[in-house]
Amino acid sequence: MSSRDRILSQIRQNKPEEVKLPSVTTFVSHFESTEDKFREMLSLIYTEVIVVKNLEELSAKAEELYAGVVNRATTIPALSAWADFSLNVSDPHELETVEIAIVQAEFGVAENGAVWISDQYLPHRVLPFITQNLAFVIPRNALVDNMHEAYVRLQDTLGWGCFIAGPSKTADIEQSLVIGAHGARSMVIFLLEGE
Amino acid sequence: MSKTVMEHADASEVFNRDEPYVNWHDETLWFVRQKRDKSSKQLPEWEQLREAASGIKHYVLSHLDELLISFEQKAKENGVQVHWAANAAEHNEIVLGLLKKHKIDKMVKSKSMLTEECHMNEFLQKNGIEVIDTDLGERIVQLRNEPPSHIVLPAIHLKKKDIGDLFHEHLGTEAGATDPQYLTEAARQHLRDKFLTRRAALTGVNFAVAETGSFVVSTNEGNADMGAHLADIHIACMGFEKIIPKQEHLGVFLRLLARSATGQPITTYSSHFKKPREGQEMHIVIVDNGRSTQLGRKDFRNSLKCIRCGACMNTCPVYRRSGGHSYHNAVAGPIGSILAPNLDMTKNADLPFASTLCGSCSNVCPVKIDIHDQLYKWRQVLAKEGHVPKSKEIGIRAMSTVLAAPRFYQWSGRLGRTVMRAMPFMVNNTLNPWYKQRDMPEPPEESFRDWYVRNRKN
Repeated sequence: MSSRDRILSQIRQNKPEEVKLPSVTTFVSHFESTEDKFREMLSLIYTEVIVVKNLEELSAKAEELYAGVVNRATTIPALSAWADFSLNVSDPHELETVEIAIVQAEFGVAENGAVWISDQYLPHRVLPFITQNLAFVIPRNALVDNMHEAYVRLQDTLGWGCFIAGPSKTADIEQSLVIGAHGARSMVIFLLEGE
Repeated sequence: MSKTVMEHADASEVFNRDEPYVNWHDETLWFVRQKRDKSSKQLPEWEQLREAASGIKHYVLSHLDELLISFEQKAKENGVQVHWAANAAEHNEIVLGLLKKHKIDKMVKSKSMLTEECHMNEFLQKNGIEVIDTDLGERIVQLRNEPPSHIVLPAIHLKKKDIGDLFHEHLGTEAGATDPQYLTEAARQHLRDKFLTRRAALTGVNFAVAETGSFVVSTNEGNADMGAHLADIHIACMGFEKIIPKQEHLGVFLRLLARSATGQPITTYSSHFKKPREGQEMHIVIVDNGRSTQLGRKDFRNSLKCIRCGACMNTCPVYRRSGGHSYHNAVAGPIGSILAPNLDMTKNADLPFASTLCGSCSNVCPVKIDIHDQLYKWRQVLAKEGHVPKSKEIGIRAMSTVLAAPRFYQWSGRLGRTVMRAMPFMVNNTLNPWYKQRDMPEPPEESFRDWYVRNRKN
């Protein structure tokens, strides 16, 4: 018998009597303002939230925030003039020198400040991790209250997707919080109006 | 494996020799516990969430076979290769086989308590494979040649000076440097080089979804993603109890996991892997290693509901004052103490006794495992099967003689109080195990019984 079949048969033999799924597994969060909660949670995890009226303002803000930075990459066509690093590479290792990536993402979650990003929005999965600094752009109205709503919204995860809440961090040395463990050292979220 | 490890009580005694250090360890973990409290109180539905999580996990235990089959089928449809391992040895062989097939002799690994349980690193190293742990805490303990002392905070037993010295030796940081920012930056540079040069990455699995064949890996550092998205081959290893029925259930578990673990509302990264990226190979190893046996133990099967948040450790007065290594098991603390005897009753007979049975572990558990009840029940099983040390057995027998005879009990109580008052040195000495690292209490003038008899008429 294969290990697979042996494991499964032992499980069948030893599993407890049938139990039904609980009837309530989702909950509603009552925030006065979803966006305010989203901002509040992100400020706790060292992430700046910037509202921009349109793509021109986004472009101007990007110039201002990352002036003097080289190796700027983006997935947003309107920022192509701002970028100086092409994501059109075949090997993801070539992204090693990216300093800042401004990336379109899908939606945000107010209760924890997480933003959902997936294959659909990325030419390379490693981009939001390997870049030294990261910024997401999401439509201002694309915010949900909590994780239950988030899973209603995303339905399926395609090939790969990730909730990212703030910059990379660790507290493995005497519980002292340090920002910038292996992933991005800083995070900005642009809320884009009018979409 | 030979029984050369110290029993929990002996190891704790060593741990307790340095009082300021123990106090620091105790306070550090209590601080994490308080962050968990603060965070959980932000959610009015917290208790209902625990109830839902517990209910889903009960469903999982009673449908494990069907859920695993569904998961396997979906994962295969997604282009992921699925392997099954009955025990630790088979798990390790599968991983080695995959690496050999690709002629890979260097691998990066993100946190996986399962591979600790299987002693995979040692096995691979013996077979010529270099494994680099990439979680900062895990890298620290790996450089020290020791196992993690906590499932979420692997290096929680170390002071920054220890880490500064370690990094000075291995990573060339300045002698005497202790700034966490500086030390973390050094580790970042050191590990970035590994991420960029390793062709294989191994990760753990926090949740595997039967409905979609996908799995979720949670980290704060981003090390699982850095490894997996750069490697040609991604191997994800999971104990079979990590399965959950539906994707929407992730909403329940991801809301509970980080809040219970560190008080964060969610970890920085909750990565959902479903299909390999183009040109990449993705493998999942589903491991039993005693879990199906535990499933058959009615009193102990609920331990398989665990989502490895570590809340029971942070709250445990024994864990906080004895340190994770005293438990000589991959998973320490209260949950480790109910998982370990299933794997080896002889080797781990001491662990269910490493508890005051105060019940705090059960109260903070996000999936409502009856941890302290199980600790108590393991004691019965271990005693019945002859795994309890003689000294403990004699003590228990003497105690039951005294407790079974009320008059004798009253007399011994009075004698004890008199002795403690008149000759405190009789108890305040190192022969008395209760005197270790604590002062004996002031003996009361009289027992409650005497007081009650005297005052009953009023």
